[in-house]
Amino acid sequence: MKNRTFFWFILPSLVAMVLFIALPIGSVFIQSLYIEHGAVLKEVKSCGPFGCKDEVQIDVAATSQLKEEKPLGKFNGFGTYTNRNHLAVTELKSAWNDSANWSIYFSKVYNLPFYRALAFTLTYTFIVTPLVLLLGFFIALGVNSLPKKLKGPTIFVSLLPMIVTPLIGSLILFWMIDSKGILGASLQWLLDDPNLSLKASPALTWIMLIIYGVWHSAPFAFIVFYAGLQTVPSETIEAAMIDGASRWERTRYVVLPHLVPLIVFISLIQLMDNFRVFEPIVGFSAQASATSLSWIIYNDLAGGEGTFFGSAGATSVLTILGVAVLLIPVLIRTWNDFNRKAV
Amino acid sequence: MSELIHRRSKSFTALIWVFVLFWIILAGFPFLWTMWGSFKVQGDFFSKADWAYAISGLRTQIETGSSFTGDGYHGAWITKSFWQAALNTMIVVVSVVIISLTLGTLGGYALARSGKKYAFYLLMLALVFRAMPHITLVSGYLLPFFEWNLWGHLPTAIIVMVAINQPFTLWMLHSFFLNIPKDLDESAMVDGCTRFQAFRRVIVPVMWPGVITTGLFSFLLAYNDFTVTATLLNNSNQTMVPKIASFLGTTQVEGNVMFAVAAVVSATAPLFILVMFFQRQIVSGLTAGAVKG
Repeated sequence: MKNRTFFWFILPSLVAMVLFIALPIGSVFIQSLYIEHGAVLKEVKSCGPFGCKDEVQIDVAATSQLKEEKPLGKFNGFGTYTNRNHLAVTELKSAWNDSANWSIYFSKVYNLPFYRALAFTLTYTFIVTPLVLLLGFFIALGVNSLPKKLKGPTIFVSLLPMIVTPLIGSLILFWMIDSKGILGASLQWLLDDPNLSLKASPALTWIMLIIYGVWHSAPFAFIVFYAGLQTVPSETIEAAMIDGASRWERTRYVVLPHLVPLIVFISLIQLMDNFRVFEPIVGFSAQASATSLSWIIYNDLAGGEGTFFGSAGATSVLTILGVAVLLIPVLIRTWNDFNRKAV
Repeated sequence: MSELIHRRSKSFTALIWVFVLFWIILAGFPFLWTMWGSFKVQGDFFSKADWAYAISGLRTQIETGSSFTGDGYHGAWITKSFWQAALNTMIVVVSVVIISLTLGTLGGYALARSGKKYAFYLLMLALVFRAMPHITLVSGYLLPFFEWNLWGHLPTAIIVMVAINQPFTLWMLHSFFLNIPKDLDESAMVDGCTRFQAFRRVIVPVMWPGVITTGLFSFLLAYNDFTVTATLLNNSNQTMVPKIASFLGTTQVEGNVMFAVAAVVSATAPLFILVMFFQRQIVSGLTAGAVKG
């Protein structure tokens, strides 16, 4: 295809992506270098029946004028990055000096909002992704051996957790594990603990969110693996059987190697999607015990305590750096593959 | 020989059945339970005494006189004007799907036919864009949108969602167009068509299966979105998902939870129907990028 034609075909799509994906990445960085204006103060003489005194008042007109003139706020350099709500450099240092051992140090670090969110985001990403692969693989093996008539309905039901809106899916589970809901009440009865509440304990909340994550994403891995299983060459399996391979050995040495590209594909998509975990935290109202990077950005923008563009921008830039770290191995791999093919 | 492959011990077969059954209950039961419960009163769905009341509807019978009640639906759709949110969702979703597909087919076709190195770089760039958490992008829009008075309008949310969906749409349509033989449009060009004419006359008539599948995923992305719609729309033109989230702020009032439950079931129903009719396309779409790669 001629370069000119290519350009015109791709143009609308490219413009949309540059305007609303590439530019915002730049603008969050600029935004993160500024912080909100403080209120402009003025001194006025207020005179009452008991004489005059000087009072400090907020100059409303001047404050709003300043906001209008410089909506970004005032320049703060990397100040927002290093403050307590983000990388918390000074807090980290003082915690290091004050802590007798590692566990005290970690618990102090965990109390800083950014590290708290980072801890949950990473835990969620790196626990949910392998579990999704595992569960999806076993469901695929199971469904593959069902009689043909049952496969369709099974796939239909299996797709539901994935297709449903994440916020709605998490709400549905949240209502069930409520202490007055079916699962919550059953657990209380099973463990004989009438005060058991899944919402109250941070550890249980984390487990709950992870279970939700696996429930939501396992269908995706299942469908991809299931399609992959249809393409496993039957000759190879037959040959392995003639050589006396057991069922386990056939799965391990014939089926699994055939599925490796799919494992890479699912892991890539899952890492990207799990790293931005956000809706379940809103749905489960879990912010007291688990926050994610996406959630703290959302909280800065629409949390109800006002909008903090500088703070949201700084967290966004740090999140984007995190995504970059996750993606680099994949990009290098794809790059090498492409160059090998080109040669 | 194939008989040998399918021969299995009985206990192993039983194990597989139990496992698949367990999964089906895990995947399907929550929806069934919530749908059933949405026709009850709060005292039954969140029963202090015994969760079995949710099945029999004891308190529902006492409060409303029958075992099923549509109060939750009435409250959500009419009292809390959920219909408005449903209408907004419809406008947003239809627009996003149409615009995404228009831009995506042109771009995806070009990427599939180019063969140049920069097409590969663009695809890699799209992959990087696909990985960006949506909320980080939104935090870049918010301030300029406030300044330019673009915030709070449906068209803004639509355009933003189209852009956010583009990387995915491009990848998917690109892989569909790779499956359409090159000779088709090239022979049209030999006969004197320009590239665009070849695309319109030869490729467009045969591209619909791929476009429909991609359209389904664009639909799901727009329908399920919370991040963009919750931050870029104001209360008066909210779509369904943020509207449901806003019900939760007021859960303390008796009965309001049931509004949320009814709204959740209402919002899930179209997705059920979608999966029912387009199961094959969804499955093929999920695997399109993967099996070849």
